[in-house]
Amino acid sequence: MMLSEIKEILNADVLWGAEHLDREVQSACGSDFMSDVLAFVKNQALLLTGLVNPQVVRTADMVEMKCIVFVRGKVPGEDIVKLAGERDIVVMTCPKRMYEACGLLYYHGLRGYCDGND
Amino acid sequence: METIKLTYPVEGGDLIEAGEASSKMKLTLKKLGLPQDVIRRASICMYEGEINMVIHADGGQAQVEVGMDQIVIRMEDTGPGIPDVEQAMQEGWSTAGATARELGFGAGMGLPNMKRYSDDMTVESRPGEGTTVTLVIRIPQPCEA
Repeated sequence: MMLSEIKEILNADVLWGAEHLDREVQSACGSDFMSDVLAFVKNQALLLTGLVNPQVVRTADMVEMKCIVFVRGKVPGEDIVKLAGERDIVVMTCPKRMYEACGLLYYHGLRGYCDGND
Repeated sequence: METIKLTYPVEGGDLIEAGEASSKMKLTLKKLGLPQDVIRRASICMYEGEINMVIHADGGQAQVEVGMDQIVIRMEDTGPGIPDVEQAMQEGWSTAGATARELGFGAGMGLPNMKRYSDDMTVESRPGEGTTVTLVIRIPQPCEA
């Protein structure tokens, strides 16, 4: 799924990387717990989270995420957006809650794992 | 390729800024052209170790040796030590405070995650003196790929 589609489905605003919405992700994960992201993420390239701090970006960077979507209308500070930009990670914010955001993306075909064992 | 030795100081005190050493190491491993999975595993190990050092030990030092067939990450601190390493290795066991939890860590996944992503891990800890965690990540050779 292209990041531009994700933006449309979630009614999201792009905070960094508007020129990179042609990038594609095959799977996603949603979590507010960064150690879980580090423990269980395999090839997911999209992180949905309600947690707002620089460690979200660092965690996403360690597991090669292409995009972070902050849910529940949370808008990260400029320092966090800059940190993501330096790591070439697209940043969006969407008004939807985690459950709904994940559900909508899943409904539109974005699964949890690349190998289909989701 | 000769073994490359890298040293990264880990600043203590500021958990918000933790992870800088891991980012730098990851960038270096990328430049060396190592396989993506190896870089990912090494980065996660180092990052969890770095977070631990900042939460529990006011920083320390990470020494990374990149050889032909393995990466060895040695993370050394002079913090309070771990009284019961076996207990600390259990998922869910944690002595971290509220700040770590607010940042999405501190729920007893650090050491288990480091074990999960390394091929070998040893923890040497002396209460009152410090802790050294040594992690080995094997680099698959072309014939194994």
